[in-house]
Amino acid sequence: MWPDEVHRELAAGGVRLVGYVPDAGHKRLIELCQADPAMRAIALTTEEEGIGLAAGAWLGGARSVLLMQSSGVGNLVNVLGMVKVCRFPLLMIVTMRGEPGEFNPWQVPMGEATARVLDTMGVAVRQAGEAQTVAAHVRAALRIAYQAQGAEAVLIAQQVIGIKSFQEQSNQ
Amino acid sequence: MKATLHRREVVKKILEKRGDLLVVAGLGSTSWDITAAGDCDLSFPTWGAMGQAAMIGLGLAAAQPRRRVLVVTGDGEMLMGMGALATIGVQQPANLTVVVIDNERYGETGMQPTHTAHGVDLAAVAKACGFKDAREVRKQSELESVTEMIHVSQGPNFAAIKVSDEKPPLVLPPHDGVLLKERFRRALLGSSADVLAEKR
Repeated sequence: MWPDEVHRELAAGGVRLVGYVPDAGHKRLIELCQADPAMRAIALTTEEEGIGLAAGAWLGGARSVLLMQSSGVGNLVNVLGMVKVCRFPLLMIVTMRGEPGEFNPWQVPMGEATARVLDTMGVAVRQAGEAQTVAAHVRAALRIAYQAQGAEAVLIAQQVIGIKSFQEQSNQ
Repeated sequence: MKATLHRREVVKKILEKRGDLLVVAGLGSTSWDITAAGDCDLSFPTWGAMGQAAMIGLGLAAAQPRRRVLVVTGDGEMLMGMGALATIGVQQPANLTVVVIDNERYGETGMQPTHTAHGVDLAAVAKACGFKDAREVRKQSELESVTEMIHVSQGPNFAAIKVSDEKPPLVLPPHDGVLLKERFRRALLGSSADVLAEKR
């Protein structure tokens, strides 16, 4: 499963801090990070906090990752300015909402804008459209982030997550 | 009750014997305050990302559990990121102290009142979020206990220090973000600032 593969990539890449705002699509990956004694999973009240967390972690010499859903990208816009102006390394893994299969129309506007918003603020976007490509995108993004001080986001398509109704989500 | 403490004197006092303390400052006045107290490679004054100073402190405290970390920020900056107090309360970083220099004003934009001018009590919020020690400070004689909080007692700790709404002269830190980041990392991490192990 892709969450297990991604967790292995994060572990191999030396990621110690995992900031997250929960998403159904990240449920398994969050649990794997919580269970890993070499990682510390930190729940956030808003995705913005994850940028401060990642910046502080890097000042202290630690690698981090942020997990969120696409609506959370909208909460990041201003603080991504700090990432750009300081060239902080940043690795984000974003599960998409508002794509084909979406059951909540209120998720659609931000889902449609997610990649453009990231691009506008200087974050490189990698689109993982298939489950088997997610880990490779994360590996590449992690390398660029921490070897070249890049800001990188891997967007995981909603079809990879595959949740189509409130009922299915609440049954997880 | 009108505040009588002066922000520059307060910040100078709490940074007087900083030793190897790691310091993050919120944008605007508190970045100028820590610079007026003496610019230092182990200070990270911010010029933006309003609301994130406390979270930068949490990330730093988590990455460097053996070092003491101090966040010095303003009431407006803290109000914008108040959720960070909840996140820090849950994480319980023993080495982190957040000090709000509270003039009850947005000092950089025309001294408009913040919510703390209308009774919002940030120390009470921090206490309710699970900070070990959270207090409001109004007297010079109480500053020694803030220093103790920063360097000795188990955190997370919080102090809202009420100061007068004066505007002291600007004392600006370097504004190049890359420089601020790199000088901090080199001072803290030495040669390992450049290379980190890919495998653990």
